[in-house]
Amino acid sequence: MVKIVTDVVCPFCGTLCDDLEVALSDDGKEILEVYNACAIGATKFLHSQASDRITRPRKKQEDGSWKEVTYDEAADYTAKMLVDAKKPLMYGWSSTSCSAQGVGAEIGEEVGACMDNTATVCHGSTLIAVQDVGVPSATLGEIANRADRVVFWGCNPAHAHPRHMSRYSIFPRGFFTGKGSKSRKMFVVDPRNTDTAKMADVHLQLEQGHDYELLSAVRVAIRGEKLPDFVAGIPKEQIYEVADSLKSGRFSVIFFGMGVTHSLGKNHNIDMAIMVTRDLNDYTKAAIVPMRGHYNVTGSGQVWGWQFGFPFCLDLTRGFARYNPGDSSSNDLLIRDELDAVFVLGSDPGAHFPVGSVRKIAKLPSVCIDPHITPTSAVSKMHVPVAFVGVEVGGCAYRMDNVPIETKKVVEPPEGMLTDEEFLQLVLTRVRELKGAA
Amino acid sequence: MTDYLIKNGFVFDPVQGINGDKVDVAIKDGKIVDAGDVTNPTVIDATGMTVMAAGVDIHAHVAGPKVNMGRNFRPEDKLFNCTAGSGIKRMEGGFSVPTVLRTAYLYARMGFGFSMEAAMPPLYARHTHEEIRDTPIIDQGALPVFGNNWFVLEYLKEDEIENTAAYIAWLLNQTKGFGIKCVNPGGTESWGWGLNCEKVDDVVPYFDVTPRQIVSGLIKANEYLGLPHCTHIHGNSLGEPGNYGITLDTLKIAEGIKPQNDFGREVVLHNTHLQFHCYGGESYASKSFESKSKEVVNYINSVDNISYDLGVVTLDETTTMTADGPFEHHLSHMNNLKWANTDVELETGSGIVPFIYNPKTFIAGAQWAIGLECGLFIKDPMRAYVTTDAPNAGPLCRYPRVYKWLMSAKARDDVLDNTLKYGDRIRERCYIGELDREISLYELAMMTRAGPAKTLGLSHMFGSLKPGLEGDVAVYPYNPETDTDDPEKIEYAFGNAAYLIKGGKLIVKEGEIVDMGNKRTFWVNAKVNENPMVERDIAEKFRRYYTVTQNNYTVKGPHFVPNPYVIEVDSTK
Repeated sequence: MVKIVTDVVCPFCGTLCDDLEVALSDDGKEILEVYNACAIGATKFLHSQASDRITRPRKKQEDGSWKEVTYDEAADYTAKMLVDAKKPLMYGWSSTSCSAQGVGAEIGEEVGACMDNTATVCHGSTLIAVQDVGVPSATLGEIANRADRVVFWGCNPAHAHPRHMSRYSIFPRGFFTGKGSKSRKMFVVDPRNTDTAKMADVHLQLEQGHDYELLSAVRVAIRGEKLPDFVAGIPKEQIYEVADSLKSGRFSVIFFGMGVTHSLGKNHNIDMAIMVTRDLNDYTKAAIVPMRGHYNVTGSGQVWGWQFGFPFCLDLTRGFARYNPGDSSSNDLLIRDELDAVFVLGSDPGAHFPVGSVRKIAKLPSVCIDPHITPTSAVSKMHVPVAFVGVEVGGCAYRMDNVPIETKKVVEPPEGMLTDEEFLQLVLTRVRELKGAA
Repeated sequence: MTDYLIKNGFVFDPVQGINGDKVDVAIKDGKIVDAGDVTNPTVIDATGMTVMAAGVDIHAHVAGPKVNMGRNFRPEDKLFNCTAGSGIKRMEGGFSVPTVLRTAYLYARMGFGFSMEAAMPPLYARHTHEEIRDTPIIDQGALPVFGNNWFVLEYLKEDEIENTAAYIAWLLNQTKGFGIKCVNPGGTESWGWGLNCEKVDDVVPYFDVTPRQIVSGLIKANEYLGLPHCTHIHGNSLGEPGNYGITLDTLKIAEGIKPQNDFGREVVLHNTHLQFHCYGGESYASKSFESKSKEVVNYINSVDNISYDLGVVTLDETTTMTADGPFEHHLSHMNNLKWANTDVELETGSGIVPFIYNPKTFIAGAQWAIGLECGLFIKDPMRAYVTTDAPNAGPLCRYPRVYKWLMSAKARDDVLDNTLKYGDRIRERCYIGELDREISLYELAMMTRAGPAKTLGLSHMFGSLKPGLEGDVAVYPYNPETDTDDPEKIEYAFGNAAYLIKGGKLIVKEGEIVDMGNKRTFWVNAKVNENPMVERDIAEKFRRYYTVTQNNYTVKGPHFVPNPYVIEVDSTK
C-alpha cells in the first residue's frame, strides 16, 4: 500500500502552498510522488531522494579535494572560526525553520556577528520602503476572497511563484469573487513580455528602469491631475484608464517583485508603489504584497524582529544590535573587506551575489550549511550537509504575507544526518565552551 | 526548590485586607504558605520596603504579528536605546515596541508576573506563540479576536449562542487562546471594503449584523462557556470626539447579564483602554473637545458587572497598533506618518501608525487627563486597572509614571502647570482640575494585581499573598511612611523592584535580574457538546475560503507552547 501524507507544506517559495500530498513507499522511507505541487516544489521533494547526496560534513583540503569529517569536528571548526573572527558574517537563514533561525540568532549574539538574510539581495529594499512609508497589506486569503483588480508589477509568478495565481490571486473562486478569474481584472507591468504578461487583461510594457516614473504617473492619474503624453513609454490615456480601473474596483491589490526592488530606484520604487496603494485607499480598498522568494525569508525577518528589532542587515559586533543597510549589508561588508569569516546557512550567495563578493567568500574561512552541493559549498572551506527542512524535519515558516505555517516532516533523513537546528545547537554549545575558556 | 521568607516589609494585599501592616510572607515549593510553614528559608529583608503580590497586566500588546511589524518598521524606535547583554541577560532594544527580551526584563523590573497579550489574530496564532515562547520570566496568555470573525457574524446574525460558543471553544483550542477579545465589532470586517461601523446599530456590509448583536452574543457565549475571563471589548469609534455615547450604548448591552463561571469572576464585560472611549465634543479642537470620563465611569459605578482598564496617555512618542483597521487608517490621515495595515482573511484586520502625544498640543494633554480621570472616578478599584494599552497610549515602561500621577495630585499639577502647554484649558475642558483624589498603595494593589487577576479568572493563582496562591511576590524600594514627600520616589520604586519572586524562583535580586524563571503559556480548553453543524461549517470554510488547510491551522503544542498551563472548562453539563 502506498502511503499518502496530506497537508504537506512546500518548502520552496514564499507562496508556501500547504495542500501538497506526498506518496511514500510501503516502508515510508522513500518519496515516490508529489501531488498538487508545482514543478519546482515537486523537484525539491524528489531531489532529497538523490542517491548521490552528500550525507556527512566535508572539509576542503589544501589541494582542493574534500575530506569527510564528523559533525562534531564540523561544529568545532565552525565554532572556532566564529569565535576567532573579529567580524564574522552569518548569512542566509531563508531556507530553514524559525527554530533554527532562533538558535542562529543566539550564536550571532554570542560571537558578535553581522547577520543578514537573503532579503539583502531581494526584498530588502521593500523592508526599507516599509520603514519609510508603512505598508497597507492583507493576507492572501483576503485577496482570494475580495480582490477584483490585481496588478503584478515587476514580477512573473507564472515562473517564480507558479501556484500563486491559482491559489490566491487570479483563479480562486472566493467568497465575494465567485466567478474566479472572470471576477478579476489582471494588470501586468513589465518591460518583458513574460508568460504572466501574456495572461493579463492589460499589459503595461514600460521602458526598462522607469518604474518610479510610471508609479508616480499612476498617482497623478488617481488624483485626476495632468500627465504628459507619454510616461515610461506608456501613453497617458492608458495610464488614466488603469488608474480609473483601480479606483473603481472594490478591492485592488498590487503584487511586486525583483523587477522593481532591484532595478533603478530600488526602495524608492517601492515607496511610490506603497503610496499608490495608500492613495487608492481614499477611494476604495487596496493592498500591496511583496512576492517574497525563499519560503522562509519572511520568517527570518520576523525572528530577528522580535529578538533584535530589525528585519535584516544586523550588526551585533558591538554587543548590541545595530542596523544600517549599506554599511551592515552583506555585499557591502564583503566588498569592503571588513569580514574575516563567512558562515552561510539556507541560502546560496555563491549563485546570487555578485562575483566580486563570491571571490571574497572564497578567500575567507567559511562554512556552508546546505543539503545541496551549491556554488557556495564549492567555494567554502567546510560544507555541512543537513536534513531538508519541510521534507525531513518540520518547523515553522512564514508565508509572503507573514502567515506562519508549520512545515511537516515527511520522511526520515538519511541515517546519521543532523538537522540544521541540531547542528547549530552543537555549534552554540561549543561556542559557549570556547568563550567560557577564553 | 528554595524556600523564601520576606521579612519586615509593609505588605499590601487587598484580598486579605492587609493594608501596610508588617507581615512576613513565606514561599515554599513555589507557593505562598503561612510564615510558620517554612524551615530554613532564604530570608529577604524588606525593611522599609513595600511588598505586594506580583503585578498582573490585563491588557498589553507585547507579542504577535502587529507588535513585530511595529518593531520592524520603526528602526527609529531603537535609536540610542539598544543595550548589550550582561550577566544572564541578552541584548535588548526598543522604546515603545521593545524586543521580547526587553519586554520580559521590563516586566520583571516592574514586579509583574503575568501579562495578557491583548489581541491575537487567530491565523497568526503561531507567530504570537513564538514570541510568547521567546519572552522569558513572565507567564502570558493571548486573547484571540472574535468581533469580526465570519463564523461569529453569521451565527450571531441569527442569535445562535450555542453555535457561537462551540466555534469559540474550537478556536481557543486550535490557537491556544485564553478568552474572547472583540475589537471594533463589525467595523474591521467593514474595513475589508474600506468602510467602518461607527455606532452600535450600524449594519456590517453583506453580513447584515450589528455591533450590538455581536457584543451581546459574545458576552452570552462567554457566559455559556463559563470562561475564566469575561468578554474583552474595544468598542466602536475609538478615539473619536463625541464617542462616549457609543461607549455607554456598548456598556449597556451587558445590562442584566450575570457572570457564570467557576473562577470567582464577577464581571461580564471588560471595556479596555476606557480613556479612548470617553470623549465629548465634535472635534479635537479645544473649543469643542471635552472629557466625558465622569459620565462613563459613573455609569460603570452604578452597575456591578463591568470592569475596565485605563489606557493612560503618557505624553511620549509611541507606536499605535490595533485590530481596529479603520481607526489606524483614520489616524494615519491625521498625522500623516507611515501606516501599516493587514487584513486577515475571514477573521480580523489590524493597523499600525507611529504617534507622538505631544504635550504642546491641547488634545494630547486632554487625553492624558481623561486617562487619569478614569482611574480617579472609580468607586471600586477592583474594577479599574492601570494600563497604558501598551504601546498605544504609552510604552510599557511608563507604568510606574502612571502610578505616580494616580497617587499624587502634586505630580499631576506639575504636569498641568509645567509640562503641558494648555494646562489651564485642559482643566476647563476635562475633570482633572476638580480631582484631588490620590490612589493609595492599597488601592494600587487592587488596580494592578488583585483586580486584574480576578477579572481574568486567575484570582486562585495571582493577585494576592494568600497561602496556596502562586509564589509571585514583588518587593519595591518604597517606604510608605517616609517616602511620601516626593512623587518621583513612586516612579522610581515601581520601575525598579528590589526583589521579584516568580513561581517560587528568585528572578530579581537587589534590583538585578538573576534568573529567567519558568515561563508558562496560559490557555483555556473549553469543552462543549458535539456540534456537527459547526464542525461542518468549519470544514466548509477551510475548504473554500481559507488559504491554509484546516489541519495546518492548528497550533501544535510542543514547539509553539512548550510549557503550557491549561485551564479546563466544561459546558457540557
